[in-house]
Amino acid sequence: MKAELAYQKMYLIRKFEEKCFELFSDGHIKGTIHTCIGQEAVAVGVGANVNLEKDIVFSNHRGHGHFLATYGERKVFELFSEIMGKQSGLCHGYGGTQHIHYKNFYSNGIQGGIVPISTGMALAEKHKNSKALTVTFLGDGTFGEGVVYESFNIASKWSLPVVFCIENNFYAQTTPVEMAHSGKLSERGLLFGIKTFKDTSNNITSIYNTAKEAFAFVRTKGIPVILYTETYRLSPHSKGDDFRDKKEIDKMKAIDPLITVEHQLEENDANKIKVKIDIMIEEAAKKAIESTKSKFVDLN
Amino acid sequence: MKRNKTNCLKDLNAALHSVFEDNDNVILIGEDLFDPYGGAFKVTAGLSTKFPDRVHSSPISEAAITGIGIGSAMRGQKVIVEIMFGDFITLAFDQIVNHAAKFPYIYGKYLNIPIVIRTPMGGYRGYGPTHSQSLEKHLLGIPGITVVAINHFFSPGQLLLNAIDANKPVIFVENKTLYPMKVGMNNDKLNIKTTDDYFPCTILCNNNEIEKTDVSIISYGGVSKIIELLMVKMANEEIWIDCIFVTEISNIELTCDLIENLKSENLLFIEEGTEKFNWSSGIIAELAKKNDNKEYQYFSISAMDYIIPASLDAELEVLPSLENIKNQIMEIL
Repeated sequence: MKAELAYQKMYLIRKFEEKCFELFSDGHIKGTIHTCIGQEAVAVGVGANVNLEKDIVFSNHRGHGHFLATYGERKVFELFSEIMGKQSGLCHGYGGTQHIHYKNFYSNGIQGGIVPISTGMALAEKHKNSKALTVTFLGDGTFGEGVVYESFNIASKWSLPVVFCIENNFYAQTTPVEMAHSGKLSERGLLFGIKTFKDTSNNITSIYNTAKEAFAFVRTKGIPVILYTETYRLSPHSKGDDFRDKKEIDKMKAIDPLITVEHQLEENDANKIKVKIDIMIEEAAKKAIESTKSKFVDLN
Repeated sequence: MKRNKTNCLKDLNAALHSVFEDNDNVILIGEDLFDPYGGAFKVTAGLSTKFPDRVHSSPISEAAITGIGIGSAMRGQKVIVEIMFGDFITLAFDQIVNHAAKFPYIYGKYLNIPIVIRTPMGGYRGYGPTHSQSLEKHLLGIPGITVVAINHFFSPGQLLLNAIDANKPVIFVENKTLYPMKVGMNNDKLNIKTTDDYFPCTILCNNNEIEKTDVSIISYGGVSKIIELLMVKMANEEIWIDCIFVTEISNIELTCDLIENLKSENLLFIEEGTEKFNWSSGIIAELAKKNDNKEYQYFSISAMDYIIPASLDAELEVLPSLENIKNQIMEIL
């Protein structure tokens, strides 16, 4: 994947998420948000392998990056509007940050619950012979839920075209992986005979290539895969204080995957991209702030 | 649909066969479905032979199969999920409440989610505390979830076809004791009318000449057999009863509207589920809120607030019976 394109996509997500924090502080976003700052390499590396003509993406509570990296690239204003509860939002302000649907993109805010749903979508696509893949995003925390294992079992047994993409960012809210999970998360798939593609680099080029292999495997064989990645969120779980060790966070900030890509570009080129996206984000956010608030409508 | 002298089980089975024949996007997911076993209660018998690609017999994973059903329904399949015993529907509760009920609305544009979750409920067979319950009351009052219960008065097969065509999440409750029962009334002594609602209701009366009855019964589900017997018996003793038998038990407005046309102020609610916070209590509260000076007296017969014992004799004391309904009616008069 070209460095310019990678940087552009990752920077868009970063800027969007940072803007969300600002909007939250200013009172334009209510409720809660779960940003993916630091995890852009996974969203973009995996997202770039999604066939936007037909593949399904099912994301979770931390889904802005997944959306912007796939079906949402040109829907920045509509995403801001959605998060701010405006009529111009993707879902008329009804879903908010965690419940987004646009084209073949879906998300829901229940840990684990989305896994059988996305497995079922793959079953339908297999029945329709559409050759579409279903990509579903799980976190490390998700592995506490039994329904995940039920879904792995059935997806494997029924040969369903799913990419279970795991983003292990080492913390589920405030609970570190070591406290919650026995065994290795990267080996969960082995129990079910699901081929696992592992990438612990948190590097866009590496993830893009690993994802490419994983997707090709599913497209060819029509059986599920696990795409296991390790990453790190540089922002708090939602918008409160971060209780993680400050030294650890600083250490991870120093190897920010966005900065790694930035250093692959000429300073001028990087700046051009930044300026363009900065302006676009500002304008989209401003337009969303000024948009009409959503009203209750009975959809029945 | 042809109304042969068929029983409820065969009627449901025929409906499933017909919907599979007429639509190639219908799929069925459940446990132990494959022929020759054909499902625990045989409602799905023959389907896996005729439509092998569209019948998915799964591991024991109620939560996953419900979720998989929902996901498939979101992508164009018409899905039927069978939960083997209604007691096990508790395992699918998150998928029903936080997924099936929500997806039609949370994305700001109504999504059709054609999924019917069918499940046998009910006791009277000595199956014990975890295989005999009527848990449908816990699925009432969930916005976005429709709950329908069969009875023997109206073709269960037709009801199932209506549920499938509704294109929305429906929990379809099949009381087990109804399976071998003939579809339609077993006597000609009662006056019977069927409403033309989407999920039709049955209105019964054991004396159509009179303006007022002694008791009006409001009920649903497997007790339909007991009620039919009771009304004939009571007619012999010149105790006049009219009754509405509802199918869409989640439709509280419809039930209340039908109650307006009943001929007694003594309302007797009968259901097989346990007593506290049940279907009856929801309707009674709704009627009370009308504050329209109607002088109703409310009575209800339900299962005791207790486990259903495995001993058949003890079970018959815990669940509603012809005896205890009759005694309640005598008390009312």
